[in-house]
Amino acid sequence: MPSSKPFVDIHDVSLQYGGADGTLALSELSMKVQQGEFIAVVGPSGCGKSTLMKLLSGLWPASDGTVIVDGTEVTGPVSIAGMAFQNPTLLPWRTILRNVLLPLEVVRPHRSRLRRERATYETRAKQLLALVGLAGFENRAPWQLSGGMQQRVSLCRALIHEPRLLMLDEPFGALDIFTREELWAVLQDVWLARRPTVLLVTHDLREAVYLADRVFVMSSRPGRMVHIQPIELPRPRTLETTYQPAFTSLVHGLRDRISDVRNVTQPEHAHV
Amino acid sequence: MSDVIQAGAQPIRPVRSKAAIERAEAMRRAAIRRRAWQRLLPWIVIVGAFVLWEVVVRAFDIEQFVLPSPSATFASMWQWRGPLFENAMQTLMTSILGFLLAVVGGLVLGCAIGGSTLVYAALYPMLIGFNAIPKVAVVPILVIWFGIGTVPAVITAFLLSFFPIVVNVATGIATVEPELRDVMRALGAGSLDIIIKIGLPRAMPYFFASLKIAISVAFVGSILAETIAANSGIGHLMVVASSRFDVPLVFAALLVTSGLGVAMYLVAAFIEKRMTGWTVRTEPGTAAATASPG
Repeated sequence: MPSSKPFVDIHDVSLQYGGADGTLALSELSMKVQQGEFIAVVGPSGCGKSTLMKLLSGLWPASDGTVIVDGTEVTGPVSIAGMAFQNPTLLPWRTILRNVLLPLEVVRPHRSRLRRERATYETRAKQLLALVGLAGFENRAPWQLSGGMQQRVSLCRALIHEPRLLMLDEPFGALDIFTREELWAVLQDVWLARRPTVLLVTHDLREAVYLADRVFVMSSRPGRMVHIQPIELPRPRTLETTYQPAFTSLVHGLRDRISDVRNVTQPEHAHV
Repeated sequence: MSDVIQAGAQPIRPVRSKAAIERAEAMRRAAIRRRAWQRLLPWIVIVGAFVLWEVVVRAFDIEQFVLPSPSATFASMWQWRGPLFENAMQTLMTSILGFLLAVVGGLVLGCAIGGSTLVYAALYPMLIGFNAIPKVAVVPILVIWFGIGTVPAVITAFLLSFFPIVVNVATGIATVEPELRDVMRALGAGSLDIIIKIGLPRAMPYFFASLKIAISVAFVGSILAETIAANSGIGHLMVVASSRFDVPLVFAALLVTSGLGVAMYLVAAFIEKRMTGWTVRTEPGTAAATASPG
């Protein structure tokens, strides 16, 4: 789906932590993402996937190269982004509803309006919770929810300010396989309903193939994009899709790519 | 015989037998008894200690000026109730004043130290060094600066109770999950936003836990200063009493001190419970169940 102007344009970016002799996390990495696209990034562990997210959200500056999101170069935190991590990090002293509302107390146009238009925003949060299957849980405390439910809340919190870029760093990594597969469907529903641009960092190749329009494969550190795999399976995808030959062969293809990058850059390790 | 036939007639879920119901009832009663004991035991121990003390003093015929009996102590407490009350109020006032100053200062400095690694690096070593100074040694200096009286007592109370508050608040704020910090920063939150929205609420359990310690040591600080240089206060009263060999009065003052300490601890514990209920993972009303020993 090549179009005129990509929503995210990372061009020849390198990122080095620390000083001149610090770790080189990313090296001459380039990627282009279209508006509304669902992208998954996979790679061997320690390849700098999470660094990529820090770069995009403006939390870390690039040492070299340019990062452009939505037509402007990223130089500091971009509040058009929403983030969720493996750890749901809900605030235990707040109810579910107030956890979801947290970003609105911070993000610029909303923080001043929140007090006046509380009811509107609360309705919006409730709709979002209903979308992920948590209607009726608004006034519960986080500890009363299971890990999967907490992760759904974390997803809602990432979406409440209607970010145009949603960044997910292994959001389902700590969940059991059944809950994980359930949440793939939830995330797909949310994406189909709202169409944000999504960047999903994951270790799980099935997850990547299930959810993404395109899967980017990164090399070992220093990270670079070594392969782009378009996934043209019809949507909405279901658990049934994951058993189809087309799906499995895509997963196998990606698995081989990962083995290749692990093998090339880490010759001391045996081929898995 | 009929028992066997009945059991066979209901193979899946047999009716709870009379014995099982009685067992459950017995367990429930045992739980109630245990809870009653839990409430009673502290009082039994306290009363028992006084009785033992009285018996020992009488049995070994110990002199009043060595170890007064509880009865003599309580008699002295009643006799000197006026001065005891006045001086206790003075001590209470100075320690609460010093404590409040410590709360304000501790919160501010704790936020600064917990929120900024630079401030932490700059101040922490000095704070530890300062905390290591015995406060007894500071009191004479305070007397030189402020004269004998209320001010040194307030400052000593402040100095003693300040440190635990700072350390606890700073710990609570500094241990905010990095991911959460990233989420907030990516949304455009400044460090003040992060401290107010996340750091401070997160530090509250630490803060209130430190208040229980701080209020007790504030009290110790006040009395410490009063025993060295003051014209009033329970510490001063003890010094005067012991110089007159009125040991029962010294012990009476000690008991008053202890009672006040417990009272202030309870106030701090009560506030803690009210303010940080979210740390206890039970619905309101079932909290009592958590108190039973495993």
